[in-house]
This record gives sequence, C-alpha cells and structure tokens, in this order.
Amino acid sequence: MLAALLGLAALGAAQAQHDLTGHWSQRFHEDLPERGAGPEIGDYTGLPINDAARLRADSWDAAKWTMPERQCEPHPADYGPRGPAALRIGSTVDPISQDVVSWDITVMWMLPHRTIYMDGRPHPSANAQHSWQGFSTGVWEGDMLKVTTTHLKEGWVRRNGLPRSDKATLVEYFLRNEDYLTLVTVVMDPVYLTEPLVRTSDWVLDTGLQLSPFSCIPAIEIERPRGTVPHHLPGTNSFLEEYSQRHGIPLKAARGGAQTMYPEFALELRRLIEGGAR
Amino acid sequence: MTNRSSAACSIPVLALLVCAAAKPSFAQVELEVLPAQGNVFMIVGPGGNSTVQIGNEAVVVVDTQPTAASNGLLAAIAKLSSKPIRFVINTSVDLEHTGGNEAVSRAGTYVRLIDTFDPRGSRSDAAIIAHVNVLDRMSSPTGTQATTAAGAWPSDTYFTEEWELFVNGEALQLIHVPAAHTDGDTMVFFRRSDVIATGDLYNTSRYPRFDAEKGGSVAGVLEGLNRILDLAIPGENQEGGTVVIPGHGRLSDETEVANYRDMLTIVRDRVAAMIAAGMTLEQVQRAKPTSDYDGVYDEPNGWTAAMFVAAVYRDLAGGRR
Repeated sequence: MLAALLGLAALGAAQAQHDLTGHWSQRFHEDLPERGAGPEIGDYTGLPINDAARLRADSWDAAKWTMPERQCEPHPADYGPRGPAALRIGSTVDPISQDVVSWDITVMWMLPHRTIYMDGRPHPSANAQHSWQGFSTGVWEGDMLKVTTTHLKEGWVRRNGLPRSDKATLVEYFLRNEDYLTLVTVVMDPVYLTEPLVRTSDWVLDTGLQLSPFSCIPAIEIERPRGTVPHHLPGTNSFLEEYSQRHGIPLKAARGGAQTMYPEFALELRRLIEGGAR
Repeated sequence: MTNRSSAACSIPVLALLVCAAAKPSFAQVELEVLPAQGNVFMIVGPGGNSTVQIGNEAVVVVDTQPTAASNGLLAAIAKLSSKPIRFVINTSVDLEHTGGNEAVSRAGTYVRLIDTFDPRGSRSDAAIIAHVNVLDRMSSPTGTQATTAAGAWPSDTYFTEEWELFVNGEALQLIHVPAAHTDGDTMVFFRRSDVIATGDLYNTSRYPRFDAEKGGSVAGVLEGLNRILDLAIPGENQEGGTVVIPGHGRLSDETEVANYRDMLTIVRDRVAAMIAAGMTLEQVQRAKPTSDYDGVYDEPNGWTAAMFVAAVYRDLAGGRR
C-alpha cells in the first residue's frame, strides 16, 4: 500500500513538471535596456543578421507606428516574450483521456492569444493565412515542452526595424522548474538571419497576477498624402551612427552579424577600439 | 491561426487536366481548396489563385487558371457545390487567369443579365464578366487578329469605375483599378463574406508585375493596393477581419497587403531617387534597390528582382535608358 502511494506521489511530482498552467510574472533582467526603454536606432549588435536585414533596418522610420495599419500590431510569438509579457497559461483537456489537447497562452501586452496543439495535428498548407502568433505544435522531450511554430506574419527581432520574415520558423523550449519558468526561443529565418537566433526569457509563478483588459482601435494620428509610407532612403538616415558614437562602440560591432554574438569577438572589439576604429 | 485556414479544412482534389497541345495529353495535378471566409473559397492552381463563391443560387468563379488546368478547376468546384456556374469574372487579361474561360463558362449555365437586350445572342453558357479593356485585348489587340478564341472572351463587360452583382444573397462589387497590373484590372469585393479577390494587384510570393504594353504602371498598382487597404478592415490586434485572396500566394489580411504596399512604395522611391541622380538602368540594377526584399519576393525562375527593377525604372523614367 505504501509503495503504491509513493508511486502515485512520484507520478504526481513528474506530472507537475508537465503542467504549465497558471499565471506567470515576468522577470526582466536579461537584456533589460533592449526590452525596457527599447533599443537605439542603429543598434544591431549581437544579432546574426545579414545585409538584407541591415538595409531594412537602415530604411526603417519609427513614424511607421503612426500609420493606421500599424498602430494595433502586437508583438509576434517570437518577440512577445521579450516585451511586457506576464503570462496566463491554460490548457484544453480531452474529457475522456485527460490528455492535454492544447496549451492556451495569453500574453499581457495587447493580450495576444496563442494555442499550442499537442494532439499531433499537421501544420497547415503553405497557402493558409499567417498570423502574429503563427501555428504551433508541441511535444514533450523529457521535461521540456518543444514547440514548433510556422505561419508567422512578418515581424521583428529588435524594435528598431530589424526584420524577421514570414518564412521564419520558431522553435521554443518551455522548461518549468518548480515555480520558475524558462523559455528558450530559437528563430530560424532564411531571409534575414545567417544563423539561428537564440534567446531566453524567465517567469515566476504568481497566483495573484491578473491580466488587464486591452483593446486597440486605430486612428488617423497624422494627416498625410494618400499612400505615404515613412522610410529613409539609403544613405539618408542620419540617426544610424548615433548609437555607435554615444557608446564608443566601433561601427563594425554596432552593425551586428553572427560574429558579434560570440565571445571571440571581444578580441576583435579590443583591436578595433585600440586601433581607433569608428 | 484561424480555423478557416487550418489544414483540416483544405480539400485536395486530384483532377485530370487536358493539356492545350494539339494532341491532348493528360496530367494529374492537385488543386488545393482553402476556405477563405463565409461563402468564399480560394483554389490554388498552376496559374495562381481562383476564387469561388457558392450559395443556394449559383457558383461564381473569379479567374479560371491556364487552359490546361480548367478541368482540374472544374473538379475542385464540383467538390464545393452542385449548383451551376453562372458567373465567371476575370481580374485581368492574363492567360493564367483567363485560360480556362471557355471551358468553365461552357460548364456553366447562362443567366440573363439584361432583360431588354441580350448582346450575347444565343450563348447558353455562364457569363464571363470583365472590364471592357480585357475584351478589347483578347478579341483584337492589333485590330486584325484575335489572340484567343471567341468562346473565351468576356460576354459582359463594364467600362465604369465599378460594377455590381448580387448573387447567393451577397453583394459583389467589381472595382476597376485603372492602369495597374494592366489597363483592365478588376478586383472583386464579396461584401457579406468580407473577402477581396485582388487578382495580380497583390501577390504574396512575387514582386508586382505591371505590363506597360498592356497599360500597367507602378502608380496604378500602388493605387490598387491603397484601395484594398481602404476596403479591408482588420479584426482585433490587426488580425483577421477582411480576408484578401491574392493573385498568387497565400490567404492574407490587411497587414500583409500593407507590407506589400510599403515594399512597393519604398522600392519606387529608391528607384526614383536613383533616376533623379542620373543613374542608368544598368547602374540601378547593380545597386540592387530591392535586395532587402529579394528573399521574400524574388522569383529566380520567373519574375525576377532584376526584371521588376527594370519595369519600375522604365515606368518612372519614361523613355530614358
């Protein structure tokens, strides 16, 4: 009898690691400057971007967010955890088997809703609509929930115009350790990234947390001629070097690229600084 | 993802296709059917997308695929509805959108549009509706020799800014966009279903294609895209709401049309600045003003970035080389 109870207890403990439900309060300590006030224009450091991404970002104008079509865009699934992202995670359970059919996640900022299907369904056709949260399926790998997301709308890897294309795939790993939740996101984008972009975000279980209501209705904020699209022509964006100059970071580092992700780049950075590189 | 776009909703259809060669050959091609919204479906074929509206009265078909795919298109439509095809609508004169006109029209049934005068004589097949410039280009573009058989020509044309139909309990607005992809472009707004079929004004998988010889222009395509943005109303968080069926590529909403409009506006502005700086077409092409979008829209074996840049340059520069 005792052995059976211990066995049940052990089973319960193991299953607890597979239960993501609850309200989760965000911990913002990683990459705080980028995630709080936001990145500076021209700060591409530490991202495995290519020249196409640089040109998109160099052309980007923050006035884009004043356009009615842009005012109510939420963060997409891959960037959402980086923003204000307290979470409410629920689950939909098969009434007979009690298997989790889907994890249902609502993020605090603009309340986007994600569904992660656990029932083995295939991803939709390439001709199906894309969405901010994409189409996600999950499988458990040990105590990690591995989630694969496709069908993402075009988004961003940094809030200063660095793009993430609609051809990207997002792979995530949810790891619960008692009252702590860590999410590892891996973005693979054949259009704008030369290597996978790996980031982590963290939460703490918070039974008192509630998500605030939210709704967004776009409005004409600035009268412009029909069809106006704010952007900078190549070579005309005067803000691009401000980040580099303000922080004394050589432009080669500020322009990013996969090499700037790795520790070895510290040596290169020292050489650049000692050599007086701009 | 929305339910309407889930894989479970797609309906694969295996169809025998009659090739257009003098000695017919047969090939199996799978046409994919995706629910768009309401009564409207998107059928994906070798010529891009067809749009089908069904209901308790009839079937409306927007764009008919290349000739070789018309049997496949009819098989796909038959899976959706047993009602007769009453209206075929062409979004442009392009063969990939009009090639199946004759076969699809003949599979359908005539419905009288004008009580007092029937310009189509004794034809008993489905009406083919298009802007009058489509008829002009299909029937006698040179004034002497028609490029297509008479059975494929539009039977009912309009020359105004818009035309209206009411089918299956739904209002359809046919909206002409002048001098855009061609000079005969029509987009179709299914008002109750809240779906817009754009034809080649909008594509998710390639750069805009506008043919100056057929009366197209950059400005016209941009005006068409801005018109789509005027009509489309997104749901919460700039998602869903009006569904947009592109000429080529996947189902979309307003956000993705805005992305496309932004891209074309930015490329136009870049090329215009280069022209103003005195650069030749070759110099502009070497400068790669589309390089930040090529990974999304370049078709290496089709409408390439270089071809698109050349078209923009010629349109903006006039006769300058």
